[in-house]
Amino acid sequence: MDALLADSFERLLAGVCSPAVVREVERSADASALWTEVEASGFLGLLVLQWGGATLRDAFPLWLACGAYALPLPLAQTMWARGVLAAAGLPMPAGPVALAPGTRREAGGALRCPGVPFGALARALLLRMPEGEVLCLPLADAAVQRCGVHGSLQADIVWPSLPADALRLPPGTELQAAGALITATLMAGALQQLLAMTLRYANERAQFGKPIAKFQAVQQQLAVLAEQAFAARMAAQIGCAEDGVQPQRLRAAVAKARAAEAADKAVAIAHAVHGAIGVTAEFDLQLLTRRLQEWRGDHGSASYWHAELGRALIAAQGRAALPFLLDTLLPGAAARPEDGT
Amino acid sequence: MLQPLGLSRIPDSAEALRPAVRAFLDEALRGRPTDQLARSWMGFDADFSRALARQGWVGLTLPRDYGGGGKDAFHRFVLAEELLCRGAPVSAHWIADRQSGPLILKYGSQKQREFYLPKICSAEAFFCIGMSEPQSGSDLAGLRTRATRSADGWRLKGQKLWTTNAHRAHYMIALVRTHGTPEDRHKGLSQLIVDLSLPGVTVRTIGDLAGDAHFNEVFFDDVLLPADALVGDEGAGWAQVTAELAFERSGPERIYGSIVLFDAWIDYLRSLKQPSEADLILAGKLLAHLGPLREMSLALTARLAAGASPVIEAALVKDLGTEFEQALPNWLADALYASPEQAPPPMLLRTLHYVLQVCPTFSLRGGTREILRGVIARGLGLR
Repeated sequence: MDALLADSFERLLAGVCSPAVVREVERSADASALWTEVEASGFLGLLVLQWGGATLRDAFPLWLACGAYALPLPLAQTMWARGVLAAAGLPMPAGPVALAPGTRREAGGALRCPGVPFGALARALLLRMPEGEVLCLPLADAAVQRCGVHGSLQADIVWPSLPADALRLPPGTELQAAGALITATLMAGALQQLLAMTLRYANERAQFGKPIAKFQAVQQQLAVLAEQAFAARMAAQIGCAEDGVQPQRLRAAVAKARAAEAADKAVAIAHAVHGAIGVTAEFDLQLLTRRLQEWRGDHGSASYWHAELGRALIAAQGRAALPFLLDTLLPGAAARPEDGT
Repeated sequence: MLQPLGLSRIPDSAEALRPAVRAFLDEALRGRPTDQLARSWMGFDADFSRALARQGWVGLTLPRDYGGGGKDAFHRFVLAEELLCRGAPVSAHWIADRQSGPLILKYGSQKQREFYLPKICSAEAFFCIGMSEPQSGSDLAGLRTRATRSADGWRLKGQKLWTTNAHRAHYMIALVRTHGTPEDRHKGLSQLIVDLSLPGVTVRTIGDLAGDAHFNEVFFDDVLLPADALVGDEGAGWAQVTAELAFERSGPERIYGSIVLFDAWIDYLRSLKQPSEADLILAGKLLAHLGPLREMSLALTARLAAGASPVIEAALVKDLGTEFEQALPNWLADALYASPEQAPPPMLLRTLHYVLQVCPTFSLRGGTREILRGVIARGLGLR
């Protein structure tokens, strides 16, 4: 079913999420028309157990597509939120759900979630309280403040006090890991698209009487871009290799950290190959590169997740790197006999 | 065009090999110093290779009829990653096991298979690969060593250079010109098996910067070879070598080359009261590179096992892999001296510097970085 599902999801995005739509949502912070189309498609319930019980493995190609199309909606996040809410027997809030990277209590009892990715479009938020409990809060009473970075849909979200209608998710809800993993998978999708765009441009743009793709110096750069896109995709795939909806923290760490490092190199190469046109508002490259730069930090940078991985490795006394990888990090025996071909 | 690499699963039967290999290595490697182990697939120990052969672990993928293990590429992947990650000195049999054996099986005559493969599997015959020449490195197609038909075989004249292990191997599989001139490039090349004990063969060892000797110059001064020295078809050498390079480039040795150093450093960090945050970040960074690399390497193995020849994907993984192998010692060299008053333990220091010294070769062997990126560019449709 995987390929069919992913194909039909891609067709949906190709139809409703043109670069013009992306720009308009970024300008207006209003994605209601887009949301209506996406919601009607039925994909939001993918991870809801009662509706077919898809897993993170099944979500992987769809999340890649969200990144590739620079979809200006927390669709992957909403998909995951609906999956975990349904699994806990909780009702699903209407509208897009965003995932908060952090939460703090402020003087006077206010609750603040700074820098929420897609926060400007969310109708509800999954957040982790300082004490550790994961809640789902509607945004009805919250103040939403866009972060002010050009084009960004990130926002600070503040409630004057904890709303009474908070939904409480059970322990074991891996909110931070899910945020990181989803972001990593969006990045992997965006990187694939970045590669495709850059290859296309290098084949079209001629200088010195031939396409710049024919110059060795450019070819070598594009090879590196391809390598980084491949590595990020594999890292995200490792993170999504779960036969359920909860990610495993250390695998999510690999996904996010590796995708962030890949984005660093890949964005630089894509812009270098495109030259000045790549940084113009009207050329679509920026829709991907701005996101990749922003997503690098969302739900923890490479360094944050590297430290977590490092601590886990050091704590595993007597274990060499390979056994640690095989027992802790890599899907290994749990993996479905997937392709490879 | 490049196809994304998916996750693969090692079949249980192949995974079952792992504990046995680990137990064997616990015994066989006991007491070997870390800076020796760091040599891994550059470490030559014929006795070790024969001990491995007695376990049935040399020629694991070759058919049982020829003394091999009759196992698939996944079995070899498990064996290889365990050997490499422990730094087992596998150099003596490695080239025969990885390339020469499969090459002879695929392209060799029945007589050649029956003669060479059992010797490879028992680690009695070690092989080297004669490709580079003084005027022909990355530009392999320009090679000049020539074999001409003689009354009862071939007459070989020319010179190979940078041939790893030629001084202690029994045979070389040499890529030589059998037709035309260097200007004919890929046409007219053939592969010949050269018995290195024959008259007219002179091997001169070249020492390296780390105090080891593995490279050689090999001179062929009218060496007379039997007619059946030819492997595969006359003139098909380039295609055969390309297929062979997919084996050479896709193996896990392209990601694990610095792993003994990594483990030694991790053990050192564990011995400290409190590793620095920077050290934790670096340890995690290396792990976050290694994990996806390993799965990519495994995906190549899955494609090899399915009968494909993933030449372009292998180039991609090798380039990424060697970049990691080279970054590792360089990053550690910085980390270990982040507190200059705290000297690293001597063995860790020797291991670090050995890897630092030889790591430039990681992106030379089996195709330089620039050549590999050219192969990837071709896969991307740019050439």
